[in-house]
Amino acid sequence: MAFDFKVNGKAAHSDAPPGTPLLWVIREELKLTGTKFGCGTGLCGACMVHIEGKRAFSCQTQVSQVAGKAVTTIEGLSPDSSHPVQKAWLAERVPQCGYCQSGQIMSAADLLAHNPKPDRSQIVEHMSTNICRCGSYPRIVRAVERAAKEA
Amino acid sequence: MTIHIHADMSRRGFMIGAAGFTFAVASRLSVGAAEAAGKDTVLSPWVTISSDDTVAIMSPAAEMGQGSLTSLPLILAEELDADWSKVRIVVAPPNDELYKNPAFGYMYTAGSNAVTAYFKDLRRFGAQVRKVLLANAAKHWSVPVEELTTEPNVVAHARSGRRLTYGEIAAFAEVPAKAPEVAESELKKTDQFRLIGKDVMRIELPQKVNGTAPYSIDVQVPGMLYGAILRSPVEGGAPDKIDDAKAKAVGGVVRIVPLPYGVGIIAETPWAAFEAKDALKVTWTRTGKAWGFNSEKALNDFAAAARDMSQPTKLWAKEGDAVAALQNAATVVEGEYRNDLVYHAQMEPLNAVASVSASGDACELWCGVQSKTIAVTVAADALKIAPDKITYHDMLMGGGFGRRGHRDEEYVHDAVVLSNAVKKPVKVMWTREDDVRNGRFNPLSAHYLRAGFDTAGKLIAFHHRKACDEVTAFQDPVRYERARGRDVISFVGIDAPYYAIPNRLGEAVVRESGLRTSSLRGISHLTNIFAIESFLDELARKRGVDPAAFRRDLVRTNPRALNIIDRVARMADWGRKRDGSALGFTYMNYSGTQIALVAEVSVDRKTGVVRVPNVWTALDPGIAVQPDNVVAQTESSIVYGLGFALFERITIDDGAVQESNFYDYHVPRLNEIPQMFIEVVATDNHPTGVGQMATPLVAPAIANAVAELTGVRLRATPMSPDRVKKALA
Repeated sequence: MAFDFKVNGKAAHSDAPPGTPLLWVIREELKLTGTKFGCGTGLCGACMVHIEGKRAFSCQTQVSQVAGKAVTTIEGLSPDSSHPVQKAWLAERVPQCGYCQSGQIMSAADLLAHNPKPDRSQIVEHMSTNICRCGSYPRIVRAVERAAKEA
Repeated sequence: MTIHIHADMSRRGFMIGAAGFTFAVASRLSVGAAEAAGKDTVLSPWVTISSDDTVAIMSPAAEMGQGSLTSLPLILAEELDADWSKVRIVVAPPNDELYKNPAFGYMYTAGSNAVTAYFKDLRRFGAQVRKVLLANAAKHWSVPVEELTTEPNVVAHARSGRRLTYGEIAAFAEVPAKAPEVAESELKKTDQFRLIGKDVMRIELPQKVNGTAPYSIDVQVPGMLYGAILRSPVEGGAPDKIDDAKAKAVGGVVRIVPLPYGVGIIAETPWAAFEAKDALKVTWTRTGKAWGFNSEKALNDFAAAARDMSQPTKLWAKEGDAVAALQNAATVVEGEYRNDLVYHAQMEPLNAVASVSASGDACELWCGVQSKTIAVTVAADALKIAPDKITYHDMLMGGGFGRRGHRDEEYVHDAVVLSNAVKKPVKVMWTREDDVRNGRFNPLSAHYLRAGFDTAGKLIAFHHRKACDEVTAFQDPVRYERARGRDVISFVGIDAPYYAIPNRLGEAVVRESGLRTSSLRGISHLTNIFAIESFLDELARKRGVDPAAFRRDLVRTNPRALNIIDRVARMADWGRKRDGSALGFTYMNYSGTQIALVAEVSVDRKTGVVRVPNVWTALDPGIAVQPDNVVAQTESSIVYGLGFALFERITIDDGAVQESNFYDYHVPRLNEIPQMFIEVVATDNHPTGVGQMATPLVAPAIANAVAELTGVRLRATPMSPDRVKKALA
C-alpha cells in the first residue's frame, strides 16, 4: 500500500507497511531527523509532531493513520527558527543535550496554539508529557511563559 | 539565521555552519580548521587564523549537553584576546597526543573535569599564539614588542597609532618552530577577563531549537542499511540455539549475523530490523557470573558483608587509627544505608553508524561517545586494521551521564561488526527496551558506618565500609589496571576526606556480581553521600546539635566551605520551622567545588509519597567560566538527583534486567520537580567541576528532611512510596 499525506506543507509519500510508525517514515524515508526516537511507546515525547494542528506522538501513529492528513515537524514549525517558542527557547537557553527539545518545542507550540495565555499550572501539566533527562524543566516553564508573552 | 547541513564523504566529512560558527570535523592530522574565505595560517595545533580575521579554535571535549564544546575554546580565546564574534569552534579530531584530557591522559570527557583539567593548558596555548602575533607585529613595524598591546583580534601600537588585525598579521606571520614560553605572571588577572565569566551563546544551541543539531542517530548515508542487536540478557551469555525462521521471514531482512554476545539483524528499514529482532528465538549459554543474581537478595547480602568485619576488604583511605579510636570512644553510633541499581536513561538510545569498505580495510564511523580515541580503537581492533584507516565523524550526544565512556564502547562495536558483515553502511539502533535491558548501571551498594565521640562530645573517629562491585574493572579494564585495582568510580570519597575528623577509615568491601555496571552522574558520591550525609545528620541529632552547625564545625578550617554553608542556610531560612514540611541540610566538597544544599519535604503518610516543593543550593566552583551554564548544570544535577532519590530503580532477577521502558523506570517529569533556588558564588580560585555536583546531595537532603519531619530515618534509595509507607508504619 502507498500513503499520501502532507509534511510541512509539502506532498509526502510512503510505501512503508501500514503499521509502520510515522516516526520512522519521517526520519528515515523523508530524512526529517529533527523528530527524535526516544522510547517508541508514547512515554517521552521526543517524537512529538503536529497532526492536523494538534500534537501527536509520531511513534504511536501508524503511517496509515495520516493518509490525507497534514503533518508538521520541527523543521516545518518555522523556516528560520522564528517561531515564538523557538525564540524563547534560545533566549532562556533551554537545551542542554538537546535531544528531547524538538519534541518539547512541538508540545509547547501546540499548547500556545490552543491556549495562548496558559497559567503556570497549565504549562506544567501540558509539558509533563515530555521527558527531559537533562532536567531543563525550569527553563522550559520560563520559555513557554516568555513565548506566551512575546507572541 | 540560515543553517545548512551537508554531509559529504570528503576529508572534512560532516559539517554544519551556523552564522560564522562551524561545527566541523577536521580530518585526522589536519590541524587547520578554518573554512574561512582567506588564507589560513596554522599558528598552533589549536589555533588557525585566516587572513579574513577568522580565528578557528579546536575544542577537545565531547558535547553531551554540558557546554564544554563552547567553554573550552572560550578559555583559549580569552588569553589569545580573540574577538569572540570571529571565533569558529572546530571539534578536535581524535588525537590523544595533541588533545588529550590532562586528567585522564586521553581524549575522554567525564567527571565534570573538562574545564578544570584543560584550563591551565588552554590559557597557555592562547597566550602563546598571542605572543607569536605580537612578535610578528613588532617585527613588521620595527618596534619593541613591549610597546604593543592587544584588544580583541587587534594588535595596537599606541605610540604610532598603528593597528593590525590578527587576520592581517596571520597573512604574513612567521610561526616559530617552538612555541614561546609563557610565565604565569603574563596571564590575565581575573578582572581583565573579557570572556570568562560572561555568558555567551553555546555554539550548537541554535541548532537545538530547529532540529538540525547532528546526533549519530540522524546520520543518513547513501545505501545505508539498518541494524538491530539482540544481546544476551545476562553479561557473559552467548547464543546457544538460534531459531531465526520467523526473523528471516520478515520482509526487508538482509542478513542475520550470529555474534559472540548476541544476534545481529541487518535490514532495509528500521522497522524490519526491530520486528525481526523481536521474532528471534534464542537460548543462551549460562556463561558469565551474573546468572542467578537477584538484586533484592543481593542487597541484603551486601549489607551483611559491609557489617562483617571478617570480610576481606581493600583499604581505600586511612588517617589516624579509626579502629582503635572507636574502641576507646565514649560513644559509638552506627548506621546502615542501601542503594539500588540506577539506569542512565540518556534520551538518545545508543546507536552508531559504520561504513566498512568493500575490502574491509577501512571504515567510516559516526558516533556520539565520551572518548573518540577509544571509539577509533574499538573500530580498528574489531576490523584488525590500523587506527588511521578509521575516518571518524564526531556527533553530538543525546545525553551521556557516564554511559558512553566504556573501554569497549559496545554500541560502536555493534555498528562496525554489522557493517563489516555486509560491507555496506549500517546504522545500528538500540530500542529503549534494548537500552534498558542491556544497560550498565550505577552499582548496588550497601554502606555500614560507625562514628566515635570522645567524652567531650568531639567526633574523633569515622569508619565507612562500602560493599559494592568495582565498576572500573568492568567499564574500563585498562584504567583499572593503570590504577592498580583502585576503583575510583565505586569508592572515591567514602572516607569524607574534607571533614576534620582525626581518625578516618574507608574500606571497600568488594563484591563481584558480574553485572554490567557503569559510571553514572555523581559516580561513587551518589551513593556515598547518601550514606555519609544521612549519617552525619543522625550524629548531629544524637548530639542535639543543629545539622548545619555540626557540618560547619567539621569544615571550620575551610572558609569557602563555611561561606557556602552559611549562604545556603540564609537562602533557605534554615532556622525557621515550617508547618507540615521540614528542611534537610547537606554539604560536600566535590572535587574542589564547595556545595551545600537544603531540601524541603512534605510526606503523605497514607500513600508514602514524598514531595519536594523547594530546593536551595549554593556552590563555589572557583572561577565560573560560563555562569548561566553553571546554573543550568546545577538545575540539571538536582533533577537527576531527585530521580535517584525518589523514583529510579533497576531490579535484576536471574541476572536479567526486569524493567524495560519509561513506564516501569520512572524518571522525573516537570510536574515532579521542586522550585530551585541556586546561587553561584564565583571566586578567583582555579575552576572546578559543575556538571554533577548537586546530584549526590539531593537524596540525603530529602532523607534528612523526612527525619526532621517524621522522626523516621529512610535508609534506602529510591525512597519510593512503598518503602516510605513501610518505614513510617
